[in-house]
Order: sequence, then structure tokens, then C-alpha cells
Amino acid sequence: MTAFILKRLLSGVITIWFIATATFVGMHAVPGNPLLNAKAASPEVQKNLQARYGLDKPVTTQYVIFLNNMLHGEFGISFTQKNRRVNDIIAEHFPVSATLGVLALVIAAAGGIIWGAVTALYRDKWPDATIMLFVVVAVSVPSFVFAMLGQLGILKLNELLGFSLLPVAGWGSFGHMLVPALVLGLGTMAYLTRLMRSSMLEVTSADFIRTARAKGVSTLRIFFKHQLRNAILPVVTVLGPAIAAITTGGFVVELVFAIPGLGRYFVQAVQQLDYTVIMGTTVFYGAFLVIMVLAVDIVYGFIDPRIRVGKSGG
Amino acid sequence: MYKKRSFRLCSMAQLGFLLIFSGLLLTASQVSAVALDREARRITYAMSSEPPDLNTTTSTDQVSHMVLDHVMEGLLTYDSENNLAPGVAERWKLREDGATFWLRKGLRWSDGRPLLAKDFVFAWRKVLEPATASEYAFILFPLVNAQAINEGKLPIEALGIKAVDDYTLEVRFAKPCPYFLGLTAFSTLFPINEAFYNSRNGRYAADAGDLLYNGPFKMTEWVHGASLKMEKNPHYWNREAIWLNEVDVPYITDDGNARLNLLRDNHIALANNLGEQVLGGALQQRMQIKSFLDGGMFYLEFNHRPDRVTRNRNLRKAIQAVFSAEDYVYKVLGTPGTYPAYTLFPRWIKGEKQMFKREHPPRKPEINLEKARAYLVAAKKELGLEKFPPLSLLADDGSGGNRTAEFMQTLLKQTLDLDVKVDVQIFKQRLAKMTTGDFDMVLSGWGPDYDDPLTYGDLFMSVNLNNRGRYSSDTYDHWVSVAQSTVDVKQRMQAFGKLQDILFEDVVIIPMYERGKVYVQHPKLKRVIRRAVGGDPNFNYAVIKE
Repeated sequence: MTAFILKRLLSGVITIWFIATATFVGMHAVPGNPLLNAKAASPEVQKNLQARYGLDKPVTTQYVIFLNNMLHGEFGISFTQKNRRVNDIIAEHFPVSATLGVLALVIAAAGGIIWGAVTALYRDKWPDATIMLFVVVAVSVPSFVFAMLGQLGILKLNELLGFSLLPVAGWGSFGHMLVPALVLGLGTMAYLTRLMRSSMLEVTSADFIRTARAKGVSTLRIFFKHQLRNAILPVVTVLGPAIAAITTGGFVVELVFAIPGLGRYFVQAVQQLDYTVIMGTTVFYGAFLVIMVLAVDIVYGFIDPRIRVGKSGG
Repeated sequence: MYKKRSFRLCSMAQLGFLLIFSGLLLTASQVSAVALDREARRITYAMSSEPPDLNTTTSTDQVSHMVLDHVMEGLLTYDSENNLAPGVAERWKLREDGATFWLRKGLRWSDGRPLLAKDFVFAWRKVLEPATASEYAFILFPLVNAQAINEGKLPIEALGIKAVDDYTLEVRFAKPCPYFLGLTAFSTLFPINEAFYNSRNGRYAADAGDLLYNGPFKMTEWVHGASLKMEKNPHYWNREAIWLNEVDVPYITDDGNARLNLLRDNHIALANNLGEQVLGGALQQRMQIKSFLDGGMFYLEFNHRPDRVTRNRNLRKAIQAVFSAEDYVYKVLGTPGTYPAYTLFPRWIKGEKQMFKREHPPRKPEINLEKARAYLVAAKKELGLEKFPPLSLLADDGSGGNRTAEFMQTLLKQTLDLDVKVDVQIFKQRLAKMTTGDFDMVLSGWGPDYDDPLTYGDLFMSVNLNNRGRYSSDTYDHWVSVAQSTVDVKQRMQAFGKLQDILFEDVVIIPMYERGKVYVQHPKLKRVIRRAVGGDPNFNYAVIKE
């Protein structure tokens, strides 16, 4: 087991190094000068700016400096937010994205499991058809549409009630998170519903269920003790990547609901060629994904010894 | 039996969901911010982005300037009517070779230390210090030795500024600077306390506590990317004139729709900078939409470099004779509050006695297809061309850029049979291509840096780095230098009139539109000042009506 984890850790480190290098190369290959502003700067000012951000050195030297700093967990100071360290940006805004993401995931998982179970129980009847229609919509409509609809929905609700039940945007209380989390989790919820439904149907037709039913076990007991428990396994396995996807994919939702998460820094940095923020957020997100996948692999290894054996054998 | 059970199961799940949901709603109902609070004298506002840089020596953007204009003040400032008025300086004398400012006595920074003339000396030197790499250093170039210091050729002590005593500031000009008073109200020239600056170890202005304030408000809270709060500054000299106690900014979003929704739900008092997509909704809601000209002038800029066909004046004349700014603004752009433009100078610029546009009315190009074709024939002859190569039109990838580029493409094809290759780029890449001269025509624009027509007029001077089409004319340069150094207002305005004529006659650019910023404001919020120069909007003198 230790060898397995070590091996996975090593490949994780290589992956992160690769992500960092690819981003570095890609970033410098993108046309445009990060220090260029709407107002032209004199050659002296440009020179001073370049010296300030270390862009006066050859790219290879910049790369070595970057790798060295990365090893020490330091990404430098943002180009556009002139007084902020990239580390501070990540430290201040990732918890927001993570909180929103976790709530979205709870909603997605709970919803996905419940709706999936319901559709399987009512297979080919109207609840199944209705829910599956919603699932198709939720999977295919992009999140910014839901975000805008969600916000408009809150607005209409508040207008109808005559007072603000839920805030339209912003961050701070639990109420601020509710609708954004729902919107953010919707796609995953739909995906999990479909997964849950098919795995429920598979389990339902299994021999042990029929046996249980024949033994006269109550439907409720069959559902909770046998069907749900067995059907939920494949759902758990996709949760790892889903956590990473949700906590990193909230840019549009953060924008619409004025949530100070990391997503907008990630996107804006690319638009504004903010080199240090691009590198910092990409490496951070990359590392986060790698760790999530690693965690799932390790948990898998514990749950299912075949995987462990297969890996170390191969 | 089976059916019944599962039905119960289903309703149980629904009940659970309902319970969770209502629990959430209960906690959710504690909603904080309200647009206006007359009792507490507080207004709530949403900014489009986090202020990127509150260090006055390096700050260049509007959002930072908006905050700075509330929490800091220069030698002069703007009063409740948006006119220049005494600020830190209670009186001054502007001469051809310099200026003297007499500071108010007993002024204090927000932490109680005295504000003295040396705070300006330190700040202005810091702006020009090469290591600061300030992009607005050029604003101080009228001062003796300023440019040489900025280029690292002289020590900062050589700058033409001196604190004669604690309350007298002496400034020396390299050449007359008739517009200097307006500059002193601009954030780049705001004072900084040296001891405090040095005590922050390079983190000056990084957080609310890393700044000293001398304006009507002070920043008491700044959660990066999330919120900030400005409260009335008890040390401000003119505190009696400030009605508001607090400007609260709990929302930061670039999404105009979200800002409009916040206003509709009574969470903010002013939804600023609304895009055209948002406007339809606002109009449907019968909201009162307001607009103001933000100083942005937009035009088609030609590349005048010798290797480009657009260097030919007849070709440019031909294009001028087919482009109707009115058609473009009203039929293509369609943004309320935006006006067709015929000159580089905005309509609100003041002239000698009345508005500049009345004293020197801009000439409207005559739309005439016959003449345009004749110009084109002449151009072909002069350039020795059988047919024009496709002209490259550089544009921004923003929503307006694409549409405008396509409009120009169609227009030039249909009227003059000119092929146009549209080159749409992201903002920074468009700038890079403009700087290297990789275009024939570019959709470009200009916003003012300081409160004087010169901020527009010197744009096409041959040595100006922002003159990306490299237009070069001795006559133009001559009139710019007249406008730069003449103290007589009438002569200055005549010089700007001449510049306007040259821009038209020589078709240096083809003016397209004057941008209007669209916003919706709470009807009870009054006396908000909108500005084209510096920070906008300004709530210093705002009041909440009953």
C-alpha cells in the first residue's frame, strides 16, 4: 500500500510540474504584452516596469526563478492588483469557492441520489419521465443561463413577497450561498441522477433483491438496506473528480452573484495576461485536482483491493 | 402494497427536502444591505471590480480613482457643483514660471498627524522616481527637471518643488503650464506622508490600514475582491459640508445585469455602467435611465506610416465622404446617451466664454458618393495602384468592436468597392499591434487624463507615444506647443480650433462617437457627481432626500 501511495504521489508531482511548465510556455506564447496599458508608456517607464516584474531577464532565467519560487510555495505579486501577493489572493478567495462548492456538492449528491432513486422506483411512469426531462435540460443548458434565471427568480420572489427573503447577490450569510450553490450543483445533480438511476435499475433486477422480496422483506427495508446501499457505490466514486470540478468551475456563478471566489481571478488573469496570477491559480488548481484524484485512488484501494493489486502488479 | 410504500417513501424524501429548504430560508432572511438608510446616512453601492491599486503614485484606473477621490484630497479639489475649488490649499498663485500654494493650517491625516507641505514634495518626487515606474509620471513633466528625473538622469532632489515652510509649497515650471491647477485635483498629485509610507515596508496602500486618508471619507474596511466601506473622516477640514456618514460597497461584480437586479431589489442606490443588453430589461421595468458623457471619444484611426496605403490623404478623404457618424450611432450602435462625433473634442469642453463647440463648431463631413469615388481614383493614381489591396481593420473583441468592424467592412465594400480584412484581437493584443503599426485602420478611442482639452489635443503630436498611427505634421505640432505654453485662454482655444481643423482636413482620424455611460439611480439619492476626468461616480456631497 505504501509503495502504491508513493508511486501515485510521485506521478502527482510530475503532473504538477508538467502543468506548470505547459502553462508557463503557453502563457509566454500568447501574443500581447502584460505590461501594455491603454495609455502608452515611455521606454523608460516600460523598462522600469519590466525590471519591477522581472520580465527584463531572458525567458529561461524567468522559468528557473519561477520553478525555484514555486518550490518555496511563492508565486509573486499580481500584475494588475499591484499590492497583492498571489498567495494572498488564493488564500483569501479559495475558501469562498470551496465553501460554495461543498454546498453545491451536498445539494448535487443529495438531489442526485434521491431523484435517481425515485426515477428508478417509478421507472417508465410519469415521475420518471418528468424528472428525466429536467435532467436533460439541466445537463444541456449552460450554467450562466441558470445563474441569471436564478437571480431573476429571487428578484421576482422578493417583489412578490414585498421584502427580501433571499439576497439577489453578494456574500456573507447562508442565504447568499443557497441559490448560487443550487445553480452550481445543478449539472452535477443531473449527472448523478442518471448514474443513480441506471445503477439502481441494475441492482433492482439482481438476484439478491428478488430473493429478499421472496423472503417477504418489506419494500422499505429492501430499498434502504439492499438497493440504495449497493446502487450508491458508483456514485461515490465519481464524487472525487466532481468536488474538484465544482470548486473550480464556478466562474460564471461567482460573477452573476457577486461572490468573491477564486474563479473570477482565474479567468480575469488570463484575459489581462496577469502572468503571476495565471501561474499561481493554474498550479494551485492543478495540484488540487491531482490531490483529489489521488485521494479517490487511495480510498478505492482500501475499498477494493483488486485495484491495489492490479496497480502494483502492472 | 408495494406501490403504496414507495409512494410514502417518495413523499418522505420530498418532506425532507422541504424541511431543509425552509430551514435555509429562515437563515437566509437575515439580509443585510439596503440601498439607502436616511437615519444612518448610509448608501450602498456595487463596484464593477476591486480597486486594483490605491497607491496614488502608480494608480491609473477609474475604479481606484473613484475610491481615492472619496478618501483623499489634493491641493485643489472639486466642489459640489463639480468646479475646481480650494482643497488642501486655501489659496494659490499661478504664474508663467511656477505656482505658489498656501496650505490650510491645522490639517490632519486620518491618524491625527499633521498634513504639511512636505507631504506633497515626497509624493510628487515618488511619482517621478524611476523605480516607481509610474505610468502617469508624464503628468508632472511641466515641472522643472521632471522628465530628466523620470529618465534617471537627475536625482529626485532636483525636482522643481519646494516646501518653503510647513504651509507654503513652491512649484517651478519648465515652461508655462496654464492647466496646472486642474492637475492638482488629480489623484497622482495627492499628498503622501513619508514616515507612514516608509513604515509599511512596501505594503503602502495594500490594505485599509496601510493608507492614511485626508479626504471627506476614510476607508475603514477592505476585504479584497469582496467589499469595502468608507466612513466619514472626522479630521476632514470641510466635514460640515459632507452629509453622508457612510458609503458601503458590499458587492463587486462585473456583471451589469447583476448590478441592475441589486438595484431593483433595493440593495444598491446606483447601478452604474449598464451594458446595452441590460438596457432592454431596465426599459421594460419603466426605470428612469440616465446617462452622462464619460469623456470617451471613439474614432477610426489610420496608419500614416510610409509603408501603408492609408498614408494617402485622398484614400482617407474617400472613406470620410462615405461614413456617416449619425447613421452609425443611431442605426448600428443604438446605445442611449451616446452621440455621433465629428471632432476629437467632447461637447462638454469649455471654451473661452462659452462651450468650445460653440466657439469652434466642428465641421461635419459631406456624405457624397460621387466625390468619394473621385477621391479614390485620385488615390489610386497617386499610389500607382490598379486596385487597392485589402485594408486591414483592427478591432477589439468586445461586443461593440465586432459589430462596428463588420459595419465598416460592409460600408466600404458597398460604396467604394474596397475590401476590408477585419482583424479582431483581445485588448492587450490590439494594443500590441497598434504599437508596432500592424494595421491600416483601427477602431480606437481616448479617455481624458486631466481636466483640459490638451489631454485630447496633444494626442496626434508626432512625438506622442499614443499616436499609434504615427501621424506627423509640423503645423499640428506647432499648434500643440501653442496650446501647451500659452497662458492666454483665447489664444489657447484658437489653437485647439486649429488642431480640430487639421484633424478634419487631413483626415487624421474619422471621429465616430462620444460615449455615454448609462446608469439607473435611486430616485431619493441626490447630488451624485458624474465625472469624465478622475474618479466616477462621486458621493462626497450626496444626500438622501425624504
